[in-house]
Amino acid sequence: MQTVKMVVTGTFSAGKTEFIRSISEIDVVQTERKITNPAEQIKESTTVAMDFGRITVDDDLVLYLFGTPGQRRFDFMWEILSEGMLGFVVMVDSTRAETFQESKRILDTFRTYAPTPFVVAANKQDHPDAWEPSDLRIVLRIDPEVKVLPCVALEKDSVKTVLLELLYSILDSVEDEGESS
Amino acid sequence: MALKGNLRDFSTTQLLNLINLARKTGTLTVERNSKEVARMSFREGSLIFASVSHGNSRLSNILERAGKLSAEQANTIRKERGKAGDKELGMMLINAGLVSQADIIESVRRHTLEIVYRQFTWGEGVFRFDANVLPPPERITVPINLEGVIMEGSRRLKEGERLQDELPDLDMALKFADRPSAGIRNISLAVEEWRVVSFINPRNTIRQIAKANSMSDVQIRRIVYGMMHAGLVELVPCEGAKPTEPDRPERVAPGKRPAPMAQAPAVKRSVVMRLIDRIRRI
Repeated sequence: MQTVKMVVTGTFSAGKTEFIRSISEIDVVQTERKITNPAEQIKESTTVAMDFGRITVDDDLVLYLFGTPGQRRFDFMWEILSEGMLGFVVMVDSTRAETFQESKRILDTFRTYAPTPFVVAANKQDHPDAWEPSDLRIVLRIDPEVKVLPCVALEKDSVKTVLLELLYSILDSVEDEGESS
Repeated sequence: MALKGNLRDFSTTQLLNLINLARKTGTLTVERNSKEVARMSFREGSLIFASVSHGNSRLSNILERAGKLSAEQANTIRKERGKAGDKELGMMLINAGLVSQADIIESVRRHTLEIVYRQFTWGEGVFRFDANVLPPPERITVPINLEGVIMEGSRRLKEGERLQDELPDLDMALKFADRPSAGIRNISLAVEEWRVVSFINPRNTIRQIAKANSMSDVQIRRIVYGMMHAGLVELVPCEGAKPTEPDRPERVAPGKRPAPMAQAPAVKRSVVMRLIDRIRRI
């Protein structure tokens, strides 16, 4: 059986868990676990709750969705999770301008891990205070060829659209590079 | 005259007890299969340093393995300061602000303990204790109480035996459970467990995952057993007669940005088309 992996990243409370939960066929394990013990935040054995979902394509192919821990202190996990990913989604909380700079930092960091396609999901578009995706593109300085998509992570159809757009980008990159095994 | 013998007749635990009680100073050399050689040095009954023939015990390597230096930094140091002794190199790294004295001490300590704990699992091997032979003066040594080492080593030995019974074949592969148990909802993973998770694939054997993460057999068995017990993963036969060796993620020192990966994972167009088709149907 072949397994492929996509990573859903973003700031704390950007909607990563909701995004994966909306489309996963298994229960998603919640990631945004509150850690109140200060010692846990610095020691090497700090525990990080797991956040992953699964979509079975057929008997031979399974897609795993991995959510990254949103807290900055867990950013050492990002590279581990990004290993071998097909592509990634950067979730942005469109209602919280104070998180935009951090979102940009996360996006730039992930781009250094692998030259894989990615899309930006402007989440919480159902909220009246949400910034427009076009405005987010400007403030996050997203290249024109990268898709910035409206998203409501609680709605399955919205999540489907984001994943499909990412897969279309991956398909384009495969076509550009030619087939390989 | 040096103490000589075979671990078959005189175990590591007994040897360390002797060295501890007699407050011996010197170096214990153990050779297994004429290939693997481990050296452990003691001063007045305290463990102070250890090295193995197949693993580099220079400070730059120790700090790299401990994640205190990136691979790039360690390579640069080896090229430019390859002839410097460990003490000289340590001072240079502290003055450059790359590591702290505490980082060096803790890294050397862990390196030493890692080697000694592994010795407890050797059931056979020729040993020799050379009194008053110590590591070269340029090496950084850290005194470690031997009683605690013996207790922890014995505990690990017992745990290792139990884990080997539970998980005898490391050439099996892992896959995520098809129907994860209800308890998985609140599972929490440690850093080393996350490293294993990132390699879970029916094409990677447990042994390969351990190798890619520089884990001992006991370490990987402990992690896999825990995940199996939590209902997160299941054992499956490895797919393919010649499974590929998983790529090892480059270790990055805290706060350091990793070098870009060479290339994206290869994927066939047909695979992406199947994914698209499946998600459209959800």
